Amino acid sequence: MSLRKPAAAAGAGPIASVTGTGIPLRGDDVDTDRIMPARFLRAVTFEGLERHLFEDDRAAQPDHPFGNPRYAGAALLVVNRNFGCGSSREHAPQGLARAGIKGIIGESFSEIFQGNAAVLGIPCFAVDHQAADRLQTLVEHTPNLTIVARVDAGLITAGPLRAAAAVPPALRDAFLAGQWNPTALLLERFDEVRGVADALPYLRDFHA
Amino acid sequence: MGATLFRKVWDAHTVRTLPSGQTQLFVGLHLVHEVTSPQAFDMLRQHGWRVAFPERTFATVDHILPTDSLRRPFIDVMAEEMTAALERNCREFGIPLTMPDSGQQGIVHVIGPELGLTQPGMTIACGDSHTSTHGALGALAFGIGTSQVRDVLASQCLALEPPKVRRIDISGRLAPGVYAKDVILTIIRRLGVHGGVGYAYEYGGPVIDRMTIDERMTICNMSIEGGARAGYINPDETTFAFLRGRRFAPSGDAFDRAVAWWRTIASDADADYDDRVVIDAATIEPTVTWGINPGQSVGVGEPIPNTGRDAATDEALAFMDLAPGRPVAGTPIDVAFIGSCTNGRLSDLEEAARIVRGRRVAPGVKALVVPGSQTVSRDAEKRGLDEIFRRAGFEWRGAGCSMCLGMNTDRLEGRQVCASSSNRNFKGRQGSPTGRTLLMSPAMVAAAAIAGRVVDVRTMLEEVPA
Repeated sequence: MSLRKPAAAAGAGPIASVTGTGIPLRGDDVDTDRIMPARFLRAVTFEGLERHLFEDDRAAQPDHPFGNPRYAGAALLVVNRNFGCGSSREHAPQGLARAGIKGIIGESFSEIFQGNAAVLGIPCFAVDHQAADRLQTLVEHTPNLTIVARVDAGLITAGPLRAAAAVPPALRDAFLAGQWNPTALLLERFDEVRGVADALPYLRDFHA
Repeated sequence: MGATLFRKVWDAHTVRTLPSGQTQLFVGLHLVHEVTSPQAFDMLRQHGWRVAFPERTFATVDHILPTDSLRRPFIDVMAEEMTAALERNCREFGIPLTMPDSGQQGIVHVIGPELGLTQPGMTIACGDSHTSTHGALGALAFGIGTSQVRDVLASQCLALEPPKVRRIDISGRLAPGVYAKDVILTIIRRLGVHGGVGYAYEYGGPVIDRMTIDERMTICNMSIEGGARAGYINPDETTFAFLRGRRFAPSGDAFDRAVAWWRTIASDADADYDDRVVIDAATIEPTVTWGINPGQSVGVGEPIPNTGRDAATDEALAFMDLAPGRPVAGTPIDVAFIGSCTNGRLSDLEEAARIVRGRRVAPGVKALVVPGSQTVSRDAEKRGLDEIFRRAGFEWRGAGCSMCLGMNTDRLEGRQVCASSSNRNFKGRQGSPTGRTLLMSPAMVAAAAIAGRVVDVRTMLEEVPA
């Protein structure tokens, strides 16, 4: 069983808040094909993906936020509704993480994307439409504005803005406990896993 | 109050509640492909972990595979590297791998059910969002990311929160020329591309009950396009008949034992749902997308929306550059693609061939058929479908994901407009950053290929040439 006793994954500590400047990305239903076009999935590692974030959108839109030096060094991405929909490619949040994004604030998120981001230590904070829009406007006007997004209090503050920002309860608790990368937990009690498997009819007695 | 299939299957696979409140869920079947797994295998090696249940793990190659020549090494250097990496990883970790030389390779969501790997009552995970397809057989199937692929490889478990369950009934009867694809496009249009976030979709009602497993897979496949991570249909006699005799399905007495259990996991008649929606089949038309997400669609008899409605519509209209306010029928196309995990199965090719038989692809249109698996391809060839398509001017290709997402060399070029039987019309989805996709049923794609423009397939069903 020694193989199944993992060391805690590197960098997996509690995350109670994310602080930094923002980058606004307006629009609903931004899919992961746009965040990371499929041709950049033609690789066996995640290395260098940050260079290809929104590559086609940036080509089509010269003032795209991810090509705009005003937002260089941003830690918090501010989006609208259903961000990260579509493909389950982790390459999308991997690219964002490698570009320095540590938290995402938006109206709502695709579940697969939100889960993929969480495993990388990136909380997704849900705010209402008005708060997302106001925060985007604030950051557009004042790119060096410091945003504080608190996982524990469910709150974002940025200059004059103070808004409720929810992380789903189970993910919130996982961030606060430093268990957002769950591999170690999942490997902890292999006997119980084996027990569930052994009780499943299709694994136990569907063999001729 | 009774329980839903979702609840019964979730509970049967629950290992424990994690300290965060998430469920540690056992995964009964893990499907693996070349695009989302190499980094996961690397992480296993880094930690010195083995694959916990290699016998519950199955791999194939689909996204990157060329559809013209399978000679190794592939001319496409990255296709060769990614395929070779999967072969190495499967060998090292003892995972069964279905390659083209087996004659059973194909898109992971086509071959899972085809081989009988997918069964009612299972939990299934795969590093691909269209894993929801497997719900058609009454399984609970989730798309996952690469870190979760690592978790499932190492522990056969996922940390998840249970979604709510929305029951969607399709009542009445579909008109001729209206297919499963039109049903799911209509569901997404009505409920929105984000309407299913936080939900699993349970599809039912008389229209779904009458559907074949192929049709049910088309429905469940696109659950994720409506925001629902999982979609499923309760197993019934159609499901059991589909599974009987398949390679990995139970056989002999075991099949009867399996059917007995499968019956018990279906949702109870008095099950409690978090939400219910009913859609009357009579209101569903052949449906075509005009925008940049699968919810932006109209019936073939309707006009494309005008500008000025909302920002999302304007953005889509600007990108697509079609004719706002004009009927979607008549939109010229450059490419016709029949294939994908949504609509690349035998019955899809049969429906398309009914339209194509005795006709010719319009001049200037590039048309291709990419069967979902080698088995689909062989079965189609036995029925002479390949000849029908070839004679009409279609290219008949090898099995894979192909132009659904353009990860191999099958891609749109420039601003081409593609009538496609696939699942996503996102900007750049089919391999050209500026390419344009119109989603529709395979029969509608076939009709568009012949006409050179979007056309109501029902007009062609009425006058099939001798």
